[in-house]
Order: sequence, then structure tokens, then C-alpha cells
Amino acid sequence: MNKMDLMKIPYYPGCTLNTVAKQFDSSARDSALAVGFEMAELKQWNCCGATFPLAPDNLMGLTAPAKVLSGARKEGDTLTTLCSVCYNVLKRTNSVIRESKEKRGVVNGFIEEEYDGSLNVLHYLEVLRDRVGFEKVKGAVKRPLKGVKAGAYYGCMLLRPFEDVGIDNAERPTIFEDLLKALGAEPVEFPNRIECCGAHLAMNDEEVVTRLSGAVIDSAAGMGAELIVTSCPLCQYNLEKSRGAASNGVPVIYFTQALGLALGQEIETLGFEKNSTDVMPLLKKKGIV
Amino acid sequence: MKINLSNQDVQSAGVGKVERLSGEDLKKCYQCGNCSGGCPVSYKMEIPPTRIMRMLQLGRLEEVKAANSMWLCVGCLQCYSRCPKGCSVAAVLEAMRQEALRESADRVEVKDLPMPLLKKAPQQAIVCGFRKFVS
Ligand code: SF4
Ligand code: SF4
Repeated sequence: MNKMDLMKIPYYPGCTLNTVAKQFDSSARDSALAVGFEMAELKQWNCCGATFPLAPDNLMGLTAPAKVLSGARKEGDTLTTLCSVCYNVLKRTNSVIRESKEKRGVVNGFIEEEYDGSLNVLHYLEVLRDRVGFEKVKGAVKRPLKGVKAGAYYGCMLLRPFEDVGIDNAERPTIFEDLLKALGAEPVEFPNRIECCGAHLAMNDEEVVTRLSGAVIDSAAGMGAELIVTSCPLCQYNLEKSRGAASNGVPVIYFTQALGLALGQEIETLGFEKNSTDVMPLLKKKGIV
Repeated sequence: MKINLSNQDVQSAGVGKVERLSGEDLKKCYQCGNCSGGCPVSYKMEIPPTRIMRMLQLGRLEEVKAANSMWLCVGCLQCYSRCPKGCSVAAVLEAMRQEALRESADRVEVKDLPMPLLKKAPQQAIVCGFRKFVS
């Protein structure tokens, strides 16, 4: 495809994808090109704050994401992102700015901008489903993940709260499994796929993280999953770190790595060596590489 | 157990402030227990979500403030997602955390964090952690 014909979508990487999760970023960019869109990184961006303030009175917490949004609006009417947390924070902040005139005024006053909330914030998964279409993704698959029983781990931030995020049904989502199916894998639904990994308690409470992430892995492995795919660097980190605690550890990779793999990209470009769990033995066993 | 209820406690300024900061009407909670059932960290909370709501309804703010619960909430929103009354225990706990941080010391010190964690953990964990534990 000629690069000029590609649909260009403004893209917010966020801090973590620029540092410890580079493989998430690069595999997503390469895969995008293969299915017909280009992720155009914002010219200027800052950290989103990594947490949406749950107390509605805290408007200061909205300034960082609002600054990202107002900058992005100058580059287009859509913004895509990969990290579930960035997505959650940006999308929720956008709704607040769009829906509350009063809060919009205060936040705009803080950041000295006139942003109105008119941006359409989409997760990369939504771009694949709604703009590209899973059928088209399926058509572009060159190295199907045949016979791989893969568990999609949603975690919290992609799904909740439903009325603000709304990527899919908050209790029984399918978007992730639908993608895995398009890639030729056999999605495995497991009970803990929408449960928390322990999140920021990684900072000061290892016991909680080990228990919660361990339960996610056990739950997936218990349903027969041989692989877990994630959409958040913190989920990825917590699951990988807790894997030892699970009775039946399975490798954990970013969904964009699975996507790039299926789209036939060179294995060396997918950054599997940057993950701390090794997926190669599984891929060899399945005859995929 | 004997409970002394006084108007002064039930309608205290402290509880009123939690309601104002969180945007939640504590009286809406009818104690169904869904929040505690869905909460991934209730096993470790000294006062689990459902009981937090009841204790605040009764004005027992100080006891809730002294418990570890608000520091354990991961903000996963399972409580809110499953509450038939639309209450967000997460918002209530965040409001209480904000108050606690304004009133007293930070919950974590940067200098106490281990180097391997700072080097390897995703930035988002550190940024989010600071926003939850530092004023
Ligand atoms: S789920 Fe809602 S109504 Fe039920 S106990 Fe919790 S806060 Fe109260
Ligand atoms: S948001 Fe907090 S209180 Fe609510 S279920 Fe999650 S950890 Fe429990």
C-alpha cells in the first residue's frame, strides 16, 4: 500500500511505552501499517497522570490529560492510544470536559487553552474493530496463531466505568477474543479476565500484587490457556513478576506482539526478548516459528 | 453490640465533607454486599467496602480513617460497576485519602523505594502510586 493512502491517526504513546514497554509501541506501529493505518505520534505530549481522579471535586488531576487532549485536537478529531490506563484517563477526562461546562471552564483556565471535548478517544483495539474491521485484519494474517489457546486479559481500565469507557460490555466483553480469533488463535475465556492485577500497589504491597496477578494466571491456565495477552504495561509487569507464584505459569505478551506475529512481521522486530517471560518455546511447539 | 447513635455523629461535618468531595450520597447504600463481594482487596482490608459505607452512614468516620482500607483500594471500580444503587466506594475512599494526605504525612517516601523497582517498574505505576500516596 502506498504510504500516502494510509489513514493517519494521531497517537499518544504515554510515558511507559517510551521506556520500559517499547515493544508494545513498536509492534503496534508496524502492525498498523500492515492493516492500513499510520499512527502519527503527537508532536508534543506530556504524562497523562496515570490515574483518573475518582473524587469528582479534584479538577487539578484533570489538567495533565486535558493538556494532552487539547494538543491532540489541533492535529485531528481522533486520538488513539495503547496503554489501558492512558486510554481510561484520557477518555474519562474528555467526557468531563465535554459534558460539564463549569468544569471545562476551570480546567481550560488552568491550562490556558480552549478545549471543548470534541476529540474522539479510541483504544487501538477499537481502531482495529471499528475503523479497520476484524475481517480485514483476518485477511492480512500471514502467520496464523493456529492451535494457540490464548487468554485475553482485560483488567480494569479498558472496561470500567462502562458509561465513560464503554469499549465493550463491562462484565462480558468480547473485543479482545474477537481479535484473537481473527489472528487464528483459540481464545480462552477465563473467570479473572476482568479482575485487577494489583495495579499501583506494585509500588508498596507486593503481597497483594502476587496474589491478584497469580490468581489471574491460575485462572487462565486453569481454563487451558497457554498464553496470556495484555493491553497494559502495568498488567504486563505485574503478571510477569507474579508468574512464579502461579502454579502453572504461562507466557505473557502484549496483544500487539501477537498481532505483529500473526501479520507475519520478522520475529526479531517484535521485541519478545524484552518481555520477561519467554514465548518462543510455545511458538516453536505450535510450529508457528 | 450496643451502638450509640447521635445526630451529631450521623450528620457530622466530617462525613458531610466526604460526601461533598466524593460526590456520593452515602445514604443510598442499602448494604447488599456486592461491593465487598467484588472487591479484590477486601480480604486484606480492616474494614471492607460494604461496612465502610455503613460505618460512614452512622458517622463513625474516625474508625474508617484509622483503617488500612483506603490505602489498599486499587481503584478497579468493581464496587461501582456492581453496585445496584450506583454508589462508588472507590470515590468515597479517594476522598478520604485526599483528606488524610492533606492532614498528615505522605504515605510513601521516594527515598525508601527500592532501586530495582524504580528501574524496572512501568512509569505509570510510580506516577499513579505517587498520586495515591503523596500529597
Ligand atoms: S454494592 Fe452499593 S448498595 Fe451494595 S453494599 Fe456496596 S455500596 Fe452499598
Ligand atoms: S475500587 Fe477499591 S473498593 Fe472498589 S472494588 Fe476496587 S479495590 Fe475495592
